[in-house]
Amino acid sequence: MVKLSDTHEKEARELRAVYCDALIQAAEHDPRIVAIDCDVSSSLGTKNFAKRFPDRALNVGIMEANACSMAAGMSAAGLIPFFHTFSVFASRRICDQVFQSCAYAGLNVKIIGGDAGITATNNGGTHMPFEDLGIMRLIPGVTVMEPTDGTMLQSLVPQMAETYGVQYMRFPRRQVPKIYADGSEFTIGKSVVLRQGEDAAIIANGIMVYEALKAARLLAEENIQVRVVDMFTLKPLDQEQVIESAARTGAVVTAENHQLAGGLGCAVAQVLAEHRPTPMEMVGIRDEFGEVGSQDYLAHRFGLTAQDIAAAVRRTYERKQNI
Amino acid sequence: MAPDNFEKLRRFSADIRIWTIRTIAHAGYGHIGGAASIADVLAVLYGDVMRIDPKNPGWEERDWFVLSKGHCAPALYATLALKGYFPMEWLKTLNQGGTNLPSHADRRKVPGVDMTTGSLGQGISAAVGISWANRLQGRDSWSYCIVGDGECNEGQVWEACQAAGHAKLDHFILFVDWNKKQLDDRLERICDPLSFEDKFRSFGFHTQTVRGDRVQEIWEGIQQAKQTPGRPHCIILDTCKGLGVDFAERQDFNHYMSFDTEQGETAVAEIERRYQAGTYPGGDFQW
Repeated sequence: MVKLSDTHEKEARELRAVYCDALIQAAEHDPRIVAIDCDVSSSLGTKNFAKRFPDRALNVGIMEANACSMAAGMSAAGLIPFFHTFSVFASRRICDQVFQSCAYAGLNVKIIGGDAGITATNNGGTHMPFEDLGIMRLIPGVTVMEPTDGTMLQSLVPQMAETYGVQYMRFPRRQVPKIYADGSEFTIGKSVVLRQGEDAAIIANGIMVYEALKAARLLAEENIQVRVVDMFTLKPLDQEQVIESAARTGAVVTAENHQLAGGLGCAVAQVLAEHRPTPMEMVGIRDEFGEVGSQDYLAHRFGLTAQDIAAAVRRTYERKQNI
Repeated sequence: MAPDNFEKLRRFSADIRIWTIRTIAHAGYGHIGGAASIADVLAVLYGDVMRIDPKNPGWEERDWFVLSKGHCAPALYATLALKGYFPMEWLKTLNQGGTNLPSHADRRKVPGVDMTTGSLGQGISAAVGISWANRLQGRDSWSYCIVGDGECNEGQVWEACQAAGHAKLDHFILFVDWNKKQLDDRLERICDPLSFEDKFRSFGFHTQTVRGDRVQEIWEGIQQAKQTPGRPHCIILDTCKGLGVDFAERQDFNHYMSFDTEQGETAVAEIERRYQAGTYPGGDFQW
């Protein structure tokens, strides 16, 4: 069951710490779970797994391609590998290994990408994943998701362990605003409606969910009532929710911390074009590279703020009126 | 092992070559060069060395094999069919729409294929993962892998070797099909490998070079590897691309060839002639 948090203050714990605890807990129940790292376990917070399960933690060094295909081999031999590195390496750098060794081979590998989009901040453009979700979404059969907060992350990790197949999950390593009350449970592939409204719908994922809620409050002051949907699973996309949101509101805005090409906007547009053409606008990265800076600077630089979403909703709402 | 058993392995390798030729001839084209050069090591592995049960390909306690040079799958398919993993009739369906036997090795479609390969460099990593996973799960299974000499251009091969060396995976035996040629040309004209022996040794492998066309040398190399604990093993197979297939072995450009069943049966007859003459597989051909 999902329950919203009363406030959206930043969570007390970093997501990497929440993730590692959740993985340890899953591994206590399932001896097949192993963790594979590529020399960034300090950054991604998986060191505690190595302390708890020294034999089941493989830090193989800076060799993502090998680590990914090795994970596939370990899966073939009966283990459930969780493979961790920065999102840019977990996608761009090992695209072919994920494709062939994991997905095409029909194996059971969990790929975790640290630092989502602009949350890569000080590491800058080389390390800023605006493409990772799209790369993964293109590979047949791969599940792609981005948890919204620690409560959701905690709920998704055991499901990943229990669900056979290749799954890609990325998240910011540090604290994010708390969206959900403790103990909320989520189902991979099933979105969450955070707010009801009949004038327009915002479908968002990752850190943009919080911005979408802020935008909805701004718009409510202008008497525009907005439905907000947390589409934390990009693939398989909750098509029913997309169609229902479009049917109820007649105006859809997507918001993502990622390139529009291949990302959430693209996925939602695909569903609407086929099933329910609806005035739509997309908030996200428009064919640009990332760059260095604070998260606040980057959110403004790339147009990922609540104000940007609200502006997109106003335009889309107006288009709807003029149809 | 008794000499007559080596004779059985030689005969098995001849049958693997024969059915590899027939499989590819039926499709009309294929990677005959690199498939021919691994027939002898496949005969040793599947004819004697590996702990397998063709009736139970998923047996957890089995030994594992990964053909990292996945384009040479027809030789593996011939081997598996001869061992009874699936009907011999399947071999006639190579590359046909809807087949169970695609051009590159496929674990989802082919009983007995332990890992899907094709994009080079990945199979060896998977084999390292398999070996590591078996050790973690307390199995004494051996993992075998064949990489191509051209495949060793791929950086991932050396990443895998670093991992295997560091982890001291002593139940991992890697074969390098050193047939001297890659797709476009001879190795040294594309990217000179220098000394494979020195390279693998420096990565922590117990390394030997044997004649890749002599089943007894391959078998003895494996026994020596198994008696050397604490390190992964590399056996470099000194061989020749297309060896034992008369129309291929003397061709410079024999990575991928088109030929029909008539040419194929001529090559099969030559294999039988050499076998009877005691000069199988290379005949009087020197490389």
